[in-house]
Amino acid sequence: MQISMTNIHKAFGSHKVLEGVNIEIQNGEVHALMGENGAGKSTLMNILTGLHKKDSGTIIVDGKETVFDNPKQAENNGVAFIHQELNIWPDLTVLENLFINKEPVTRFGLLNTRKMKAVANEQFKKLAISIPLHQEAGKCSVGQQQMIEIAKALMTDAKVIIMDEPTAALTEREIQTLFKVIQSLKEHGVSIVYISHRMEEIFTICDSITVMRDGKTVDTKPIPDTSFDEVVRKMVGRELTDRFPERSPNPGDTMLEVKGLSRKGAFEDVSFSVRSGEIVGVSGLMGAGRTEIMRTIFGLDGRYGGEIHLNGKQVTIKSPHQAVSLGLGFITEDRKEEGLVLDFSLKDNIALPSLYSFAPKGLINEKSEQDFVELLIKRLTIKTESARTSAKNLSGGNQQKVVIAKWIGIGPKVLILDEPTRGVDVGAKREIYQLMNELTERGVAIIMVSSELPEVLGMSDRILVFREGKLTGEVSKEEATQEKIMTLATGGHEDE
Amino acid sequence: MSKMKTNHVGDVMQKLGPLLGLMVLVITVSILNPSFLEPLNLLNLLRQVAINALIAYGMTFVILTGGIDLSVGSILALSSALMAGMMVSGIDPILAILIGSLLGALMGMVNGLLITKGKMAPFIATLATMTMFRGLTLVYTDGNPITGLGESYAFQLFGRGYFLGIPVPAITMLLSFGVLWVILHKTPFGRKTYAIGGNEKAALISGIKVSRIKVMIYSLAGLLSALAGAILTSRLNSAQPTAGISYELDAIAAVVLGGTSLSGGRGLIIGTLIGALIIGTLNNGLNLLGVSSFFQMVVKGVVIIIAVLIDRKKAA
Repeated sequence: MQISMTNIHKAFGSHKVLEGVNIEIQNGEVHALMGENGAGKSTLMNILTGLHKKDSGTIIVDGKETVFDNPKQAENNGVAFIHQELNIWPDLTVLENLFINKEPVTRFGLLNTRKMKAVANEQFKKLAISIPLHQEAGKCSVGQQQMIEIAKALMTDAKVIIMDEPTAALTEREIQTLFKVIQSLKEHGVSIVYISHRMEEIFTICDSITVMRDGKTVDTKPIPDTSFDEVVRKMVGRELTDRFPERSPNPGDTMLEVKGLSRKGAFEDVSFSVRSGEIVGVSGLMGAGRTEIMRTIFGLDGRYGGEIHLNGKQVTIKSPHQAVSLGLGFITEDRKEEGLVLDFSLKDNIALPSLYSFAPKGLINEKSEQDFVELLIKRLTIKTESARTSAKNLSGGNQQKVVIAKWIGIGPKVLILDEPTRGVDVGAKREIYQLMNELTERGVAIIMVSSELPEVLGMSDRILVFREGKLTGEVSKEEATQEKIMTLATGGHEDE
Repeated sequence: MSKMKTNHVGDVMQKLGPLLGLMVLVITVSILNPSFLEPLNLLNLLRQVAINALIAYGMTFVILTGGIDLSVGSILALSSALMAGMMVSGIDPILAILIGSLLGALMGMVNGLLITKGKMAPFIATLATMTMFRGLTLVYTDGNPITGLGESYAFQLFGRGYFLGIPVPAITMLLSFGVLWVILHKTPFGRKTYAIGGNEKAALISGIKVSRIKVMIYSLAGLLSALAGAILTSRLNSAQPTAGISYELDAIAAVVLGGTSLSGGRGLIIGTLIGALIIGTLNNGLNLLGVSSFFQMVVKGVVIIIAVLIDRKKAA
């Protein structure tokens, strides 16, 4: 299928989101769509699949001008959209998920399970997926769920599949599987629109790339004709000298130390320390227990074995409330589920952990709260109309800054960042890194859990690697390489 | 950007929608029967609304956290019976009301503990305590009203009296509103209430003691129900074992009519006051118009459906 969108315009009210965007997707190609958050990628794809209506412009599908009225119609015509937030019913089985709303029935009107199984098995075989069909979808890994979505899309005979950040939650191994699948889809003539912030992936898997900025197409090129640097430059519209800002660490005393930390079934005998002014990277595959360790340190999971020392003194952390009052901050990996109250304004979100400092006499002093929040908004260069804007109306990068602002507000001693730049564009990423540097300069101890190896290598002073709930190694910045870390994370040999 | 604007419009509608509804209702009833507007009737209406409004205030906090409290009517009955019992045994009526209100708070605390420590769904926990507290009321009263509460002037004032020409229950209702409005909108406690309803996980991670706040909120709901019970006891000059049956539904209706979302995190206590006034106006107006009490229930149900449908339209 060949799609060409020409001179697409779209405004929400007075706000122009798209101003003359062009994109052309060829038969059987993997086409990268890149741009900072808010550049208009999702709106463009939502117009293609009929969720939004364009104001002007033409969409030509296989030589015919076409407008889909809704996503369902687009799907019936071979255009499927796999969203970043997966459409999985966790309590239904994999099989039931595959056929939701298009269940085949017998002539008595009952579910035709035999047919469902046959079709599903055939599809899974094609994709080399081996997930038991009777398993509850909620028990599948995110990677498997992603595969289920892809299988679902292909079962509708999709000729074009739009994938929005498909690898955001996948492990390295799952990403490799996904790439194999994409490769075989290509060979079967399926086109893929690949939306991602991960440069390495785009240069690995894509054939051509369209870069968007501020609602306009900046450039379209075949991948071999462009470079990493050029793409970044076009995305941000300015030179990004380096992805990771220069760091000159000057670590002080040990701030946080855990000794023999254990929690049954999650991790055991974990010991490490973080010094003030230091960034310690935490690496490992999904399921290595990294997030669980951080949750335990933050008092979210109750009882634990082992000791936690803060500032040289042993502490028992039983609740997040206690962790916060000890000066710990926790930026969780899922900002929408755990980081933000989406209905709250920026102000209310940022002030949440430090409410009492604005209410010395019981009533919240809104003036001082407002001033405090304004200051943080400025300091973190959060792009927003006002402090009263709802958090849900911000882009991913700005939402993440709000979560960080909230914790800077308590004046933390130790800051735990779990996947701090997930779903955040290149420009905002760099700002977040810079912020981390500023914080460490002021003596904050930072633990950064990340699945992005370049980030771990680029920002950490020391790297801890976990595998299956155990600390398998500590690597200094100087001796750290991707291979070394992957070896420790997988327990394999360096050539694996 | 346009999204933000519609949000502002939405905010205004959230505040004005219920008020507009109340005004339409008042005008309609006044046209159909001008005697509705007579001062005596209006003051009477305020007094009638007070009990439901007090219970609904507490329900607002509960619903803002995403919970529900079905036991408020039973708490009202049990604390009313306990207050009457204390008075009969010679305890000073004002002291009896104070102790009774604290006992009401304690009953609410039981709800809160079942929901937080017992990890029960609020609907189930309060369904159980609703039955239990009602049963305790029947056991305590042996199924009979408690009468002979004495001639204390202060006690009679509480449910039947006037201050500066305004019924005392109405004053209690308005004073409580003032206090609760400040708590909800101006204190950390109120902000946390919204935060818990908006995103409980994020609230917990932000260091909010979610369980403790919830226990306090259910205790508050119990306290306010007991206070409503005191007013009812004074008005009837007795405690009725079947008092407060289905009051939880009127309270929930007032909260919902006031535009508060049952899924938590969104709503205003001023809306609840207006919601209670809407229900009061309906009751009062339909009585004035001579509509049978059977039919009144039908009308009330229809009004709730219409209000929620309009609310949904706004949200969409």
